Amino acid sequence: MSDQEPIRLNGGQALIKSLEMEGVEVIFGYPGGAILPVYDPIIDSKIRHVLVRHEQGAGHAAEGYAHATGRPGVCMVTSGPAATNIVTPLADAYLDSVPMVCITGQVALAAIGTDAFQECDTTGITRSVTKHNMLVTRAEDIPMAVKEAFHIATTGRPGPVLIDIPKNIVDANNPDAYFDFVYPDTVDLPGYSPDGRPSDDSIDAALELLAAAERPVLYVGGGVLKARAAEAVLRLAEMGDIPVVTTLMARGAVPDDHELCLGMPGMHGNYTAVTAIQRCDLLIAMGSRFDDRVTGKVGAFAPDAKVIHVDIDPAEHGKVRIPEVSVVGDCRLVCEALLAKLEVKGGASAFADHTPWRQQVSGWQEKYPLVYQSSESGELLKPQHVIESLRDSCPPDTIVTSGVGQHQMFASQYWTFNHPYTWINSGGLGTMGFSIPAAIGAKAAYPDRMVWAVDGDGCFQMTAQELITASVEKIPIKVALLNNAYLGMVRQWQELFYDNRYSEVYLSHDMPDYVKWAESMGCVAFRVEDPDEIAATIAKANAINDRPVVVEFRCVEEENVFPMVPAGGSNDDIIVDPSQEQPAHSTAAQDASMTDAQRTGEKAK
Amino acid sequence: MTRPGELENHTIVVRVENKAGVLARVADLFARRGYNIFSLAVAPTNDERFSKITIVVTVESTPLDQIVKQLFKLVNVVEIAQLPADQSVERELLLATVDAPAKTRGEVLEIVDIFEGKIVAVSGEQLTVSLDGRPDKLDDFEALLSEYTISDLQRSGRIALPKIGRQAARLRAV
Repeated sequence: MSDQEPIRLNGGQALIKSLEMEGVEVIFGYPGGAILPVYDPIIDSKIRHVLVRHEQGAGHAAEGYAHATGRPGVCMVTSGPAATNIVTPLADAYLDSVPMVCITGQVALAAIGTDAFQECDTTGITRSVTKHNMLVTRAEDIPMAVKEAFHIATTGRPGPVLIDIPKNIVDANNPDAYFDFVYPDTVDLPGYSPDGRPSDDSIDAALELLAAAERPVLYVGGGVLKARAAEAVLRLAEMGDIPVVTTLMARGAVPDDHELCLGMPGMHGNYTAVTAIQRCDLLIAMGSRFDDRVTGKVGAFAPDAKVIHVDIDPAEHGKVRIPEVSVVGDCRLVCEALLAKLEVKGGASAFADHTPWRQQVSGWQEKYPLVYQSSESGELLKPQHVIESLRDSCPPDTIVTSGVGQHQMFASQYWTFNHPYTWINSGGLGTMGFSIPAAIGAKAAYPDRMVWAVDGDGCFQMTAQELITASVEKIPIKVALLNNAYLGMVRQWQELFYDNRYSEVYLSHDMPDYVKWAESMGCVAFRVEDPDEIAATIAKANAINDRPVVVEFRCVEEENVFPMVPAGGSNDDIIVDPSQEQPAHSTAAQDASMTDAQRTGEKAK
Repeated sequence: MTRPGELENHTIVVRVENKAGVLARVADLFARRGYNIFSLAVAPTNDERFSKITIVVTVESTPLDQIVKQLFKLVNVVEIAQLPADQSVERELLLATVDAPAKTRGEVLEIVDIFEGKIVAVSGEQLTVSLDGRPDKLDDFEALLSEYTISDLQRSGRIALPKIGRQAARLRAV
């Protein structure tokens, strides 16, 4: 039992005290009627509260904080519309396994079910987008609810947990809201006991496949970052001379500069990463979940490969692809168990010679690098050029966040991620507007590091108001706004698959005036319209440390993201940049006389 | 053996913490993942901290594994057992109100008698009958009664326990 002296607190004080006991340093939130009593003790707490401008921003900021630190992000909002506004970040955190604790106010217990003002069924609405949620009905249950929430959010496969708090149990004027507070040491959850330790049998079975493989690929996903397994995975890759692909959720888990790292697979992955998976004889899925954006047509994915699937969530095993060997466990513990047994077997000599395979892979890298055509002086910018310039002028530990769309793919493709936890984006849910609030969360965690939000013009308009938060709270993030006047990714699909019929995707370059808008929110703002000005403007932006900066990069409208695997198509049908010869195995190569748009448009029919 | 792709009923018994909203969580999960519930029965166990939910699901054999794994992800789910029909005792209760005017009353009573059912309410024109037993027995009973115009009918949904001396297949994945 705890040896704390009980202290007499009301529910609201107990809630804040419990968060302090969990080591929370920052809450991203927005007050309102039902949560008012909890906001009063915040004044006396050492916990920093960041007042966002929309509840969605609170959720994404908490996610950004969690992505960057590995510690649970905390957000707090009121009932009703505030709770529904935070549903999107909860769903985002659920799909990307982000540890997060969300506290929502609720109408008083006696009013629940009466359609009271700002009442909604928060636990009902959020049930399918949280790892767990709870409605607390007694003040004295608050400490245990918080303890359980942090435990559940951070153990096993991490995820968001929501605590719904009726107003009367935190109300300082309610005598029943007072109790003797002691923070619990342990939780009692008979139905929840995640164990990250893999079974010996599964490790031995995995070792057998590893030893026999001639063309292995390590398919590294977000679970590696959640398990703090980056170092162990790299050791395994190096010992076995195994090429590695890092998914959108795992960019940086293995350094892009490393000779074994092939970069990102999937719909907009590079040719080598995609094709290495297609030709491998052993696919080691490490904390990855065979997302449809990676596999394309499942039946045609890695057709020659046996699969070892390592994941802490048993439900991921066999969900999409039935593995030959299923290793249920924490990626770090699994890698360490594999490494320990491999050491005994002689380390590198426990593997087959992968030299021919490595040479084949290098051949693809030489033939199909990522390419784009630079624009000339006086022309608008190429987004890839902007990302490369940014990459080359920022410190190596810079944290990059992104929204969702073409700019996200360009950032993932052209940035060189050499450190884990430097890339923060919305992978599973694909939430537009993620980058700015997520950058605020990351910068709040690491005030001394540079944080760039790479954003598109569509995304920017969804959450730009959080730049006011950044200004007022002195969280000086930087935003690279790739303004191509379009919802670029949707435009790309309409070009390729809807016969160039552009339906509701035009946003315009100059409505709104992004520079004036950013300045009105307290930011320093620049506009770049010529490729020759890119580097100098980035240098100016990087020199500013006391305010947020927005750099609007006016980009060409028609740039598309390549390579591309059409949705639902086989990864063998990858379309590379139009300037490159289409690979012989791709149907895109079959009629070279057609234009690219015709060719891909044809395929979609 | 069921061939792949063939639909089959499976009985799953889920022991859950006896907390508010747990049934909704379980039902929600079935809806969200696209699984069909054929019948569902829920009540507290002899240990008041827990309830048991007996669910009969209609699935191909492969997704059953997915259902079980997804159910285990619910924090309030403590234990799951699959009970194959040949290794368990299954019971269900049926109540039916049947038209039974004097002309056919004797025939209805005879059916009830053959099945060892009970008459639980009587009026001039109708009988309410009850029968408990194996689900297939109830199916037969219901089919025979339907010859006499059933005006109302309710079945309890199946409940099940493993046969004594046999261990239910534990499906806890880790």
